[in-house]
Amino acid sequence: MSSVIQEVASTRRAASERRKGDGRMAALFLAPWFAGLFLITAGPMAASLYLSFTDYDLLTAPAWVGFDNYVRMFEDPRLLTSLQVTFTYVFVSVPLQLAAALALALVLDKGMRGLALYRSVYYLPSLLGGSVAIAILWRQIFGADGLVNQVLALVGIEGTGWVSHPDHALNTLIILNVWTFGAPMVIFLAGLRQIPRMYYEAASIDGAGPIRQFWSITVPMLTPIVFFNLVLQLINAFQNFTQAFVVSGGNGGPADSTLLYTLYLYRKGFADLDMGYASAMAWFLLLIIGGMTLVNFLASKYWVHYDD
Amino acid sequence: MTDLATPSKVTFAEPPSSPDRRVRRTGTAARRVRSAVTSALKHAGLVLFGFVMLYPLLWMLASSIKPNALIFREPGLIPSDVDLSNYTDGWSALLHPFSRYLINSAIVVLGCVLGNLVSCSLAAYAFARLRFRGRNFWFAIMLMTIMLPIHVIIVPQYVMFSRLEWINTFLPLIVPKLLATDAFFIFLMVQFFRGIPRELDEAARIDGAGHVRIYWQIMMPLALPALATTAIFTFIWAWNDFFSQLIFLTKPDMYTVPIALRTFVDSTGESSWGALFAMSIVSLIPVFLVFLFGQKYLVKGIATTGIK
Repeated sequence: MSSVIQEVASTRRAASERRKGDGRMAALFLAPWFAGLFLITAGPMAASLYLSFTDYDLLTAPAWVGFDNYVRMFEDPRLLTSLQVTFTYVFVSVPLQLAAALALALVLDKGMRGLALYRSVYYLPSLLGGSVAIAILWRQIFGADGLVNQVLALVGIEGTGWVSHPDHALNTLIILNVWTFGAPMVIFLAGLRQIPRMYYEAASIDGAGPIRQFWSITVPMLTPIVFFNLVLQLINAFQNFTQAFVVSGGNGGPADSTLLYTLYLYRKGFADLDMGYASAMAWFLLLIIGGMTLVNFLASKYWVHYDD
Repeated sequence: MTDLATPSKVTFAEPPSSPDRRVRRTGTAARRVRSAVTSALKHAGLVLFGFVMLYPLLWMLASSIKPNALIFREPGLIPSDVDLSNYTDGWSALLHPFSRYLINSAIVVLGCVLGNLVSCSLAAYAFARLRFRGRNFWFAIMLMTIMLPIHVIIVPQYVMFSRLEWINTFLPLIVPKLLATDAFFIFLMVQFFRGIPRELDEAARIDGAGHVRIYWQIMMPLALPALATTAIFTFIWAWNDFFSQLIFLTKPDMYTVPIALRTFVDSTGESSWGALFAMSIVSLIPVFLVFLFGQKYLVKGIATTGIK
């Protein structure tokens, strides 16, 4: 009897709570997140916006300089170089990386034997590629006496020191980024699996061959995944840092040829202690990434196919 | 052409040795041979490609047990002379034995994993199951923070943490995780929690369980796959992380593995590749082990959310 009463009471309580909403509970569950949002993310964001209008070296108080840092940026030849290096890096490596990912995903689909094994092997570099260890390896294999030149010597070609040559150093970083195509490949594989089989069955009943099916079913159905990967990998590539830092010994050389934007930002902020300038650079980076993502979304209307 | 109408699935699904099939399809023996040849070629190509991709890693492993001079002469995998002293030399090449850096990295990684598991699941429960004012607004804010480049907040964070005298402690690396700043995993868990039938928590509520108990005794056990994915990715990211560790840890006592490796490569330059390779291999082992045992969650994690 008492349990029935309890039950009724508690259902009542539950019902009334539901009507009121769970505001206090939510505050409890979200407390760590709110603290993080304000103390670790939003607060520092506002502070960095403020600092970007100041001259600040960490030791003396920030001095307001208006738009000085932003104006200086466009007169700074090294900054312009770093932008050029970064754009080359991003817009060469990401398309190559995605093309490799897509090509492999298409070959691996069709439930072939050994799929899981191939997928793992191709995916492994994505997990390791961001590490210092791999950057060290890259510095050796593309060095003057490195693995690449040893292999080239076997076929009688004399290579140069790839990482120490201003014309080639960036290419080694691009190769490294392409090497990590495994992660987008796995996303492509998942996307391919979501295309309903019946589309292909219907198409083949209508007499469409494999090539026709590829262009009329696979390609359009896959465009949302291509878009997703593109947005994601572009954003990632703009922020890459470790490999350029380690391969160039921390200075973006030779002759600033691997001076990625983030590397220059780090040098300005934490080597030269020009923290106002570094903050302005960070906000400009946010603007570039945000703008590029926006353009991507706008352009997606013209080529991404949504099935609805 | 009409024969092609039978979906290509058949040729892939059944091994060609099925006797029943042989009787039925004697006329297509030539095609069967051709498809077996194509398939064999495809596998050969994929194996070769995988081998080329992993070759640098295998070569680094082989070179780590070669005497230094051979690293510049032997592009092959089988060492003509084995020298394990690289590992002992590398282990004691820096100010502290390498174990010190491994322990430091382990502390950071453990803190990050625990922090993310607790804080992100709490926030995710609130977003997935609680009703409160402004839920959609905060959810949108949370999603936006996922894409925020760390560079926009790193300078003020550095200032803040140095005021707190947290530089050269692990706190700047761990505390943000305790405050759910890796919003990515909140999103991942929200998606997962939404897939858990509401009837389960309704039933628990009728039995008098509050939200805290539902979170802890119902959602958490059911969300183990999402928690595993979070733990694995946090582990790999924190282990490989270079940028923030480079900024917050400047005293050799506190160096983690990536920072130690970078110091190693800068101090010895090109003279002791063997020892460098040996320690690089040591630094990759934990990630490799996680990869071996956590593959299922890794693949699922990237496929559903697109993380690297």
